Amino acid sequence: MLGYIIRRILAILPVLLIVAVIVFLMLRLSPGDPAAILAGDAATPAQIDRIRTELGLNDPLHVQFITWMGQLLQGDLGTSLISRTDVWTMIERRIDPTINIALLTIFISVMLAVPMGVIAAWKHRTWADYLVMTFSVLGFSIPVFVIGYIFISIFSLQLRWLPVQGYTAPSEDLLGFFQRAILPALTLATIYIALIARMTRASMLEVLNEDYIRTARAKGVSERDVLFRHALRNAAVPIMTIIGIGFALLIGGVVVTESVFNIPGIGRLTVDAILARDYPVIQAMILLTAGIYVLVNLLIDLSYSLIDPRIRY
Amino acid sequence: MEKAVQPASSSQWLLGALSLPRRWRLGAAPIIAGLLLLAIVLATLLAPLFVTHDPLAMEATKRLQPPSSEYLLGTDPYGRDMFSRVFYGGRVSLLIGVGAALVSIALGLIIGLIAGFFRTADAIIMRIMDSLMAIPAILLAIALVALSGASIGSVIIAITIPEIPRVVRLVRSVVLSAREEPYVEAATALGSSMPKILIQHLMPNTMAPLIVQGTYICASAILIEAILSFLGAGVSTEIPTWGNIMAEGRSYFQLNPGLIFWPGLMLSLCILSINLIGDTARDLLDPRLKKREA
Amino acid sequence: MTEALNLKSRLLRRGGGIAAGALLAATLLTPAVSEAQTITGVMHSGLRVLDPVITTAHITRNHAYMIYDVLLAQDENFEPQPQMADWEVSDDGLTYTFTLRDGLVFHDGEAVTAEDAVASLNRWGKRDSGGQLIFDVTESLEATDEKTLTWTLSEPFEPLISVISKQSALPPFIMPKRVAETSADTPIEEHIGSGPFVFVEDEFDPGQRVVYERFDDYVPRDEEPSWMAGGKHVYVDRVVWVNMADQQTAINALGAGEIDYIEQVQVDLLPMVESNPDVVVERRDPLGYQTMGRMNFKHPPFDDKKLRQAALLALSQEDVLATMVGNPEYYELCGAIFGCGTPLADETGSESLTSGGDPEAAAQLLEEAGYDGTPVVLMAPTDVVTLNDQPVVAAQALRNAGFVVDLQPMDWQSVVTRRASMDPPSEGGWNIFFTNWMLPEVADPLINVMLNGRGDDGWFGWPEDEAVEALRADYVAAASPEEQAEVARKIQAHALDEVLYVPLGQYFFPQATGTNISGIIPAPVPVFWNVKKED
Repeated sequence: MLGYIIRRILAILPVLLIVAVIVFLMLRLSPGDPAAILAGDAATPAQIDRIRTELGLNDPLHVQFITWMGQLLQGDLGTSLISRTDVWTMIERRIDPTINIALLTIFISVMLAVPMGVIAAWKHRTWADYLVMTFSVLGFSIPVFVIGYIFISIFSLQLRWLPVQGYTAPSEDLLGFFQRAILPALTLATIYIALIARMTRASMLEVLNEDYIRTARAKGVSERDVLFRHALRNAAVPIMTIIGIGFALLIGGVVVTESVFNIPGIGRLTVDAILARDYPVIQAMILLTAGIYVLVNLLIDLSYSLIDPRIRY
Repeated sequence: MEKAVQPASSSQWLLGALSLPRRWRLGAAPIIAGLLLLAIVLATLLAPLFVTHDPLAMEATKRLQPPSSEYLLGTDPYGRDMFSRVFYGGRVSLLIGVGAALVSIALGLIIGLIAGFFRTADAIIMRIMDSLMAIPAILLAIALVALSGASIGSVIIAITIPEIPRVVRLVRSVVLSAREEPYVEAATALGSSMPKILIQHLMPNTMAPLIVQGTYICASAILIEAILSFLGAGVSTEIPTWGNIMAEGRSYFQLNPGLIFWPGLMLSLCILSINLIGDTARDLLDPRLKKREA
Repeated sequence: MTEALNLKSRLLRRGGGIAAGALLAATLLTPAVSEAQTITGVMHSGLRVLDPVITTAHITRNHAYMIYDVLLAQDENFEPQPQMADWEVSDDGLTYTFTLRDGLVFHDGEAVTAEDAVASLNRWGKRDSGGQLIFDVTESLEATDEKTLTWTLSEPFEPLISVISKQSALPPFIMPKRVAETSADTPIEEHIGSGPFVFVEDEFDPGQRVVYERFDDYVPRDEEPSWMAGGKHVYVDRVVWVNMADQQTAINALGAGEIDYIEQVQVDLLPMVESNPDVVVERRDPLGYQTMGRMNFKHPPFDDKKLRQAALLALSQEDVLATMVGNPEYYELCGAIFGCGTPLADETGSESLTSGGDPEAAAQLLEEAGYDGTPVVLMAPTDVVTLNDQPVVAAQALRNAGFVVDLQPMDWQSVVTRRASMDPPSEGGWNIFFTNWMLPEVADPLINVMLNGRGDDGWFGWPEDEAVEALRADYVAAASPEEQAEVARKIQAHALDEVLYVPLGQYFFPQATGTNISGIIPAPVPVFWNVKKED
């Protein structure tokens, strides 16, 4: 087990190194120029070129890459080319909303989607099943921003139950946090619920046909225990996996919901950095999201053996 | 169970997650979906025959008009006819969807076959694929579009690249299990060359899951295009797509909801039917599933 | 936090129940900082670059007006007025003496000295085009004592005071000497000024949120405020600028009392605010913006004067503005390159632009010039509301006249990057792009960068035009306002004949505020001194 964990953690390093190379090359080979963005509308090409030199953007590519790697190894993510702010600081200030809303989203999704999937499988081919499945196909078919706008117009503008925008940290004001985070989380959760509910249903359907379930039922185990103790436990591995895979979808959705609800999170930070060609910020953010993705999936893989004792590494 | 934990099979799980109630698969739903998709495709292709305006013709004095007998769905912020744009927009959205599906399948197939057959290439290819999968698809796509400039081609490529790893994994896993099959071993023993074996024996085996995967890529490509447009990284407004029509209308969502509603409805119906057809195709084409059902 | 406070007071006013109670409970638990009176404003874009000398971005200039002060400032009659300093000019026009007023201190408590001003002017003079012209004829600029700086010229430079006091694009802001000694090509890292607000570095979130606190040691002038001149009295404790990517979000937030101020409301969305009795909508900037197109003089087809003229004939201001702005109350046709409503305005040569365009005449010119169908590469930004529409409308107009147009969509940052490329359009260059200027940035031949005729050393598009350079020299030499206006008329006629650029008219932004905000100065630059807020 321990050996397996160490091997998996070591395997993360080459993945991140390749991500770093891909991102670096992609940015440097692109036509954008942060110096021109920095200089504004009235600058002349000569002035822009002087700024490029000052920023080190006229150095040969390999020099720039080695410099960046050296910084990374010292735990330094660099400084934003545009605002001259330390990239760590920028991420620190923005990460709290994203993480909190993502956690709320995952919580809502799992709490809603797993029972939905279980019920759909249990009441297979009834209206409940069709309702769940209709929802889950719809969840895949509507763009995230449209869902966000619909929620805003219903809950914030028509009913006036919730604020329209912004973010309050839970440490500052817990109620305020929920008031502002619930709509973005629900928006993000739509596609996630669709994904998890379908997986849960499919996985439960397979398990419910197994002999031991029939045996359990025959032995008079209550229906709730059959579903949640026996069946769900055995169906859990694919469900966990889909939560991990869906994590990438979540990061993608964050970018959009942060724009719609005006949340100062890292999704918007990354898109803004891409549009402004702020290389150090883009590099750091993509490495960070890739690292989180890999870690989450590692944790999920490891959790299999906890859920399902038959799995050993 | 052991096998299920292998990362290679996560794509099958994704497919599994997308499955639908069985009665739908075999009943009316896929037929309705098929007819709906056919109707949407025909309507966009035949748009020139029935739309009332040039989808690009601007009239500054007729901006943001409500629906009327002249402009059936009103006009957009440039004073262009929404009715025409929604149908013409479908052409490009579908082109992007189908294009992304075909390109990612083609590239993924080639890379996956190579990875499946050559152990030396396998390690390197799969590490690169793991890395690509770790980068969030939307961020990668925005960066790629910003990098190469926004055209239909670059949008297709930007959507394709993050999709390739999934196809590669799918193909590779099929190849890995198939190469142990007696008929492939026999073919190798009889001296068939590698490329020939690939084409004759393995391609047919990978086709079924690929077609299914293709439909899902097509649906998600149409959605991603909409998100790219929303974030300001889509194709030109002179090339209407459902995505950029919605993106242009989004500032007016509260005043003219139709600007988002109509293209959004078409897009959602289209994706809905593609997904339903994908599910049906998966059930019909997957031999293992047939066995299980039997 | 402050949003919660606002919401609370609104709910209480309306007799709100449980929610208000809960919010009240929440605010009781928070420290005294929440008592501070704060104005939260949504600005036209997010602040990212903090160095007002290195960039001409408007948001950076606005930021600079918050935390820095200027020697001289322009009032609402375009007249220079003393701000940090008084000035005197010798009779021969060769020596300018500036005397700093008493009580000026930087935010770190150090007094402002003439040395600081000299260092700041030197750094500014390396970047600003007007400043460069002054430094070309400067013999010396030195601090003669703590409070006096003397500027000695080798030949008279009549517009010196008007260049020093300009409010845009790069006004000479005064920084501490140690900051101003940074190279003019490296962004500064310390943000300390002597202006009425202090920049709160710890709360700065680039592109998203900036916080300013009142500078208690600022001594305002006694005069009434008028544009950038006069007394800068600060009546609130904090000003917070936030950026909202979606305008509807900002408008909804203002309607709900979550914010106090929107700098620029998209005109199409006015119906959303106008129905709200708690919101005031006003057009506060009297001059507005000029939108314009610029062609590339280096490459076909627009290296040919006739084809540039054909393109100008093809364009119609009405079509551009109606699409961009919509509501005619917020735009104005104007053929003056210096902008209508400014002292040098003149509309010679712009008849076709302001009367709907003349595609027939354009087509005829195309034929005369033997246009060979070289495609016109038009860069079209997709992510900036005020820049998205011009290229699309222009593309249609050029096609109507017979041009072959290649409209290339890209994000604005790509436009900014690509317009610096001197390569042919087929190799990553371009033929036309569009941008917008605040009127003070184009109102004067020395400030207006499009009138630079120095080829590769000039602004994007790079016309080599000795005639316009000669006219600019005449302008510098002109002794009286009448003579200046006469030269300006010649520049107008020449610029439109050569098509140095195509003015596409003026537009204005309404500002929206809560009814509890008062005292906003109607000026081209949004400023937060003199503003009061009722709780």
